[in-house]
Amino acid sequence: MSRRGDRLETNEVAVTLQGVSMQFRHQQVLRSIDMEIRRGETLCIIGESGCGKTVMLKLIIGLLRPTTGKVLFYGRDLAEMSEAELNHTRLRFGFLFQMAALFDSLTIYDNVAFGPREHHLFDEETLEKVVAERLAEVGLPSGLEYKKPAELSGGQRKRVGLARALALDPEVMLYDEPTTGLDPIMTDVINELILQTQRTKKATGVVVTHEMKTVTKVADRVVMLYPLSRLAADESQILYDGPAKDLEDHPDSRVRQFVRGEAGERLRELGRRG
Amino acid sequence: MSSLSTDPTVHSPVHKIGEHVFDSVADVGDMALFSFITLGWMIRKLPRWSTLVPNFYAIGVSSVPVVAITGTFIGMVLAVQAHSQFAAMGMATRLGSVINISLVKELGPVLAATMLAGRVGSSMAAELGTMRVTEQIDALSALGTNPVRYLVVPRFLACVMLIPLLTLMADFMGVIGGAVISTQVMGVDAFHYWLHSRRYVGSLDLFAGVFKSFFFGAAIALISCHRGFNSKAGAEGVGKAATEAFVYSFIAILFTDFCIGILWNAVYYAIWPMNGSGLL
Repeated sequence: MSRRGDRLETNEVAVTLQGVSMQFRHQQVLRSIDMEIRRGETLCIIGESGCGKTVMLKLIIGLLRPTTGKVLFYGRDLAEMSEAELNHTRLRFGFLFQMAALFDSLTIYDNVAFGPREHHLFDEETLEKVVAERLAEVGLPSGLEYKKPAELSGGQRKRVGLARALALDPEVMLYDEPTTGLDPIMTDVINELILQTQRTKKATGVVVTHEMKTVTKVADRVVMLYPLSRLAADESQILYDGPAKDLEDHPDSRVRQFVRGEAGERLRELGRRG
Repeated sequence: MSSLSTDPTVHSPVHKIGEHVFDSVADVGDMALFSFITLGWMIRKLPRWSTLVPNFYAIGVSSVPVVAITGTFIGMVLAVQAHSQFAAMGMATRLGSVINISLVKELGPVLAATMLAGRVGSSMAAELGTMRVTEQIDALSALGTNPVRYLVVPRFLACVMLIPLLTLMADFMGVIGGAVISTQVMGVDAFHYWLHSRRYVGSLDLFAGVFKSFFFGAAIALISCHRGFNSKAGAEGVGKAATEAFVYSFIAILFTDFCIGILWNAVYYAIWPMNGSGLL
């Protein structure tokens, strides 16, 4: 299913999660997750809402620290890095947030220029070219640069968010539900942009999504998480780890139901509660 | 830890009280840590001019009208309320000293800070709370920028530097308001009004008020930014953060005023001893 077999020649591991658990007060979200993300691959993380997909992305970039376990980036434990080192490491990541998380008070230009400007990567003249290039890459027409995020549509905001993430030329791109809330056409545009990013930048990708269309289009590998509240104590939270093509025929009915979008057992559970 | 949710003691009143106490202690510790981090960034690396200017404008320039109005009315109300009592004792010309000393030492700084806690503090908490909820603070970290340095330090500097200036303006407007009502409406002799003012209000009194306002500014900035950073999700969470910012700032202003008052008197009477002096 991989469209980018040339990029998967290397088996070098970019990100490793070793026995990672995450708990917020009394609510445990992740339990003993062991996972490796190889350099250059595009991994899709799927699963029901609340199963810990976004938390996993934030652990990978060090925005959250695991309650137990380690997150390694090219073998280095993020928890052992100093704040300066961690900030420097984050520059090797790009993060497209679910609602784009553009800075409301800044213009589109300043949003895209934010990372390079903060870290003094270019002079203002070069930065102007870089911003124009990134905005063109994500297909945004010129003239939007001096608008504020509130003046843009959902799809445009997502594309600006992607341009901002790409401005730092990241090695690893993290996408948090990149197509949520978009119409089918814009969903396909974003999917194509993810593919284009992987092709042109040769970046490792981690995509959190509910959209099976996105999964079949961009994933080299798929990991399915399951909510801990409905999982037996000795059961792995990762229900599936493999290529997208085998999802439909997986022996576990929970995987098949998710892929096909069937409520199944959940509907009966709701009926019992009602 | 999933066993916790099935443990019946979790929902007992004792557990809830214990949890509340732990949360409160953790909040105080978190607030202290937040303050140290902010002060640490001020020493390590100051924010860019481009991030300072908008904050100075929003906190300082935009607050001028409301602080001017507050100061003017404090002075005018003091004159209206005190005049009849002073006139009955035949001491109406002493009105200037009472109004002006009350203004510059207590009412000007405290009421200006209270007004700013409402206008500036709530607004900062709501803005940062919205940024937290919409993941803009996470986005800053993801772009390798420390959010405290980028968001809190400029607001802290603006509050600490501009709230004393706004206090001075509130004092000035209050003095003018009190004088206008006393001399033009109540008919107090202007010469004696100002003579008593000059005699009883010294520059040290003015300094005492402005000195306090540095601490009021710091308290407003730190509390409001901390509430914003810890805002819970949704409109309710952001609204609660804004309300807490004002309430906690107001309590901090009163508490700081009380502590500095004691400290100020202790230092004052240690330098210039006088009979029967007390701490309060």
